[in-house]
Amino acid sequence: MSAGEQALHGFSGVPLALRGPAPAKVVAGFGFWLFLLSDIIMFAALFAAYAVLSDATAGGPAGAGLFEKPRVFLETLCLLSSSVTCGFGTLAMFRADTRATYFWMGITFLLGVCFLTIEGREFASMVAAGAGPSHSAFLSAFFALVGTHGLHVSVGLIWLIIMMLQLKTLGLKPMVTRRLYCFGLFWHALDIVWIGVFTIVYLGAK
Amino acid sequence: MDMQVEAQGHAPGVDPHEQHGKRTYLIGLGYALLLTVASFWASSSTLVYAPAVPVLLATLAIAQMGVHVAFFLHVSSAPDQANNFLALAFGVFVTGLIVLGSIMIMAHLNHNMMPMDELMKMQR
Repeated sequence: MSAGEQALHGFSGVPLALRGPAPAKVVAGFGFWLFLLSDIIMFAALFAAYAVLSDATAGGPAGAGLFEKPRVFLETLCLLSSSVTCGFGTLAMFRADTRATYFWMGITFLLGVCFLTIEGREFASMVAAGAGPSHSAFLSAFFALVGTHGLHVSVGLIWLIIMMLQLKTLGLKPMVTRRLYCFGLFWHALDIVWIGVFTIVYLGAK
Repeated sequence: MDMQVEAQGHAPGVDPHEQHGKRTYLIGLGYALLLTVASFWASSSTLVYAPAVPVLLATLAIAQMGVHVAFFLHVSSAPDQANNFLALAFGVFVTGLIVLGSIMIMAHLNHNMMPMDELMKMQR
């Protein structure tokens, strides 16, 4: 079977025209994937604003003097390992292993809280040092970009709490696994955005 | 994975050939850690020719994003993932257009603009 025929007929050999509607899991996953891509496009606009405004410090502090790389490295490790534990949680959920799902999603939650704590302390110390978002266009762009990412992480944590409650009250019903699996996609996408943040904002600081 | 799902393609994040499991995530974690450490090292090292550092950082970041997409989101160019992959390609295209386009336009505007002190003199 050539690659073209395979794309048309799939591995099962069912022709495109004879397939019924896709199952809910595939539809929900694909729809959520489209949402994630549009969310990433919104981040692209914030990245573009940051790239354009990063030199507009208005006589205030520049990035290189404000950011601490060890702290950013720690944040990166938190988010990266939480992405992996979230993947383990999703695998446990597909195995219908409720206890392992709680365990791995609990670790994911704690790592997310660690990330937000470090980020919150960084923001607080910057504002206390007079480098708040109102000081220069550079700092406005910084707080808008990194703050939006942090807001996404916070929303993800609230989502995770709700999912754990639904897992407790409803059990591993198809709609619960579908939602938890979409949460996993969301969490992985946030980690991908963070790669852009630490590379462009923190490591690329002048 | 049942027959119907196979015929309809896969949602992202589902490993279509379930045999990998945790191993896929651990391999991805290994690559991602390697690339993260490399970019933090490159940003503060004096071994790399300084003007080349931004290009190196961009390369490492794009590589790490690729690792995350392949090992964590399990999106690939396999025939049963055509929808996911095409959506991803379009997302990457629009992202590139917004970021590179904005930087290019703003750099040109900046270049063509009168210096700020000249502008102030004209207003008087």
